Parts: sequence; structure tokens; C-alpha cells
Amino acid sequence: MKYQVQENCLTIYLPREVDHHNAEEIRREADAVIDRNHIKYIIFDFEKTDFMDSSGIGVIMGRYKTICLIGGEVWAVHANARIKKILTLSGVTKIMQIYEEDAV
Amino acid sequence: MKNTNEMEIRFESRSANEGFARVAVASFLTQLNPTVEEVADVKTAVSEAVTNAIIHGYENEIHKVHIRCRIEDNVFTVEVCDKGKGIENVEEAMQPMFTTKPEQDRSGMGFAFMEAFMDSLEVESEPGKGTKVRMKKAIGKGREIWTTRSL
Ligand SMILES: Nc1ncnc2c1ncn2[C@@H]1O[C@H](COP(=O)(O)OP(=O)(O)O)[C@@H](O)[C@H]1O
Ligand SMILES: [Mg+2]
Repeated sequence: MKYQVQENCLTIYLPREVDHHNAEEIRREADAVIDRNHIKYIIFDFEKTDFMDSSGIGVIMGRYKTICLIGGEVWAVHANARIKKILTLSGVTKIMQIYEEDAV
Repeated sequence: MKNTNEMEIRFESRSANEGFARVAVASFLTQLNPTVEEVADVKTAVSEAVTNAIIHGYENEIHKVHIRCRIEDNVFTVEVCDKGKGIENVEEAMQPMFTTKPEQDRSGMGFAFMEAFMDSLEVESEPGKGTKVRMKKAIGKGREIWTTRSL
């Protein structure tokens, strides 16, 4: 898993395809990083991602459950139209903000 | 006469094959000249059904997953079958957010996605025998008028 930690903020650079196969590793490694660095904010970066199914939704919801206990937040950045559709349809946008970089 | 075609694949229930299954089905679908959106819809639905066979049907034991695709004119049908543990209550399983594996971070949105991205979804399941998921989608619905005119 590619990631970056800045203070209490973790950015996860998601792979091209976020399915059950890839989600396992992200889940495991993200939890270790969150635990070690007292992470409060998580940014899911979809820059490279063109496929995600409900396993990805499970990864986001699971990480949110961990950090919401300490008042944390989850964000999505660089999500293309398809990813936004998946996020919206799943209802995960109720707990996650989508950052619109091109908003004027 | 109807334009028909069929293909079948059988592969081991390893998570690495989820990507293979999506690509194999998508490439068979290509002959219907689908839009990018239609390909993405079918790939998502297939991914959900195959993942379910692997993690719920076989509970990560290695057995065979079977996919059958059929084309009849512009209607695409895909069936995903496993001979795994089956579903006790199909109606309950299909509810959005329902999952029997919350500890594995399942979202319970698999059937909801299959329903949203395909035109129809049928689930046949028997505890101890296995599960068959049949999905259909008409391809190129929005293009009909345009195609007729261009001929
Ligand atoms: N092929 C299958 N074999 C056995 N049980 C299944 C199968 N597919 C789905 N299920 C059951 O239906 C439930 C809901 O499936 P789904 O909507 O994909 O959510 P999730 O996979 O996130 O649990 C699963 O938790 C499981 O109990
Ligand atoms: Mg599922």
C-alpha cells in the first residue's frame, strides 16, 4: 500500500483496482499505520483508481469506524465520475466528504 | 434469426481471479459494442458475484467458480455459480447493508450494486448445495435511434 503520514493525517494512494483481492492488504497495512501514528484524518486518494466495488466501500467504512471514536474524518480526493457514482450509491458519502479540486 | 453467442469459464476461488473474471466477461461483452459505462456496470456486478462465491460460498477454501455468459440480440446474461454453503434466507441476504461477515469489513452492498448496475437480478440458492446468481442487461439501449438513422 502506498501512503503518506503528515502529523495525524494519513493519505492512502489507492491502487488502479480496489476489489476484495487488493482490499485485504490496504485494510491490514492501514490499520497498522493508524495505530502507530495516532491518525485522526484519512484521505483516500483515487488518482490512479478506475475500478472499485463494494469491498472498497467496506475498507472506507471500517477505517471510519476506527477513527470516528476520536472525532476523526475520512475524505476522498481525485475521484473520477465512476468512483463518485459508486461512493454515492453506497451511501458512504453520508460519512465521507468528497473533495472537489476543480470547484471554482 | 436471433444473434446469439455463449461462453463459459471455470476457475479456482482465489481472490486473484476476481480481476481475471471481470476482464474475461468484459472482453466477451465487447461484441455488443457497449459504452464505457455499460462495461463498468457489468464489471462491477461480476466482481460482486465472484467475490461472494469466494468469501461467502466457499469461505476461502479453494473450489471452482463457474461463469456462463450468453448474448441474445442486445441482451447480455451472466450467471455466476458456486457449489458452496448456500444462503439460508435469500430475501434477507439481498437487503442493502446486510452482511454475515461484518468482522471482515464487508459493507453488505454487493447485491445492491448488482441490482443497481444490471437490469435484472435473480438468486437461486440452497443451503449446503450452492448459489447461482443470474443477471441481465440490455446493451446499447440509448443508441437505438441513432443506429437506425445512420444505416
Ligand atoms: N455465493 C454466496 N454463498 C453464500 N452466501 C452468500 C453468497 N452471496 C451472498 N451471500 C450472503 O449474502 C450476504 C450479502 O451479500 P452482499 O450483499 O454481497 O454483502 P457482503 O458481501 O458485503 O456481505 C453475505 O453476507 C452472505 O451472507
Ligand atoms: Mg458481497
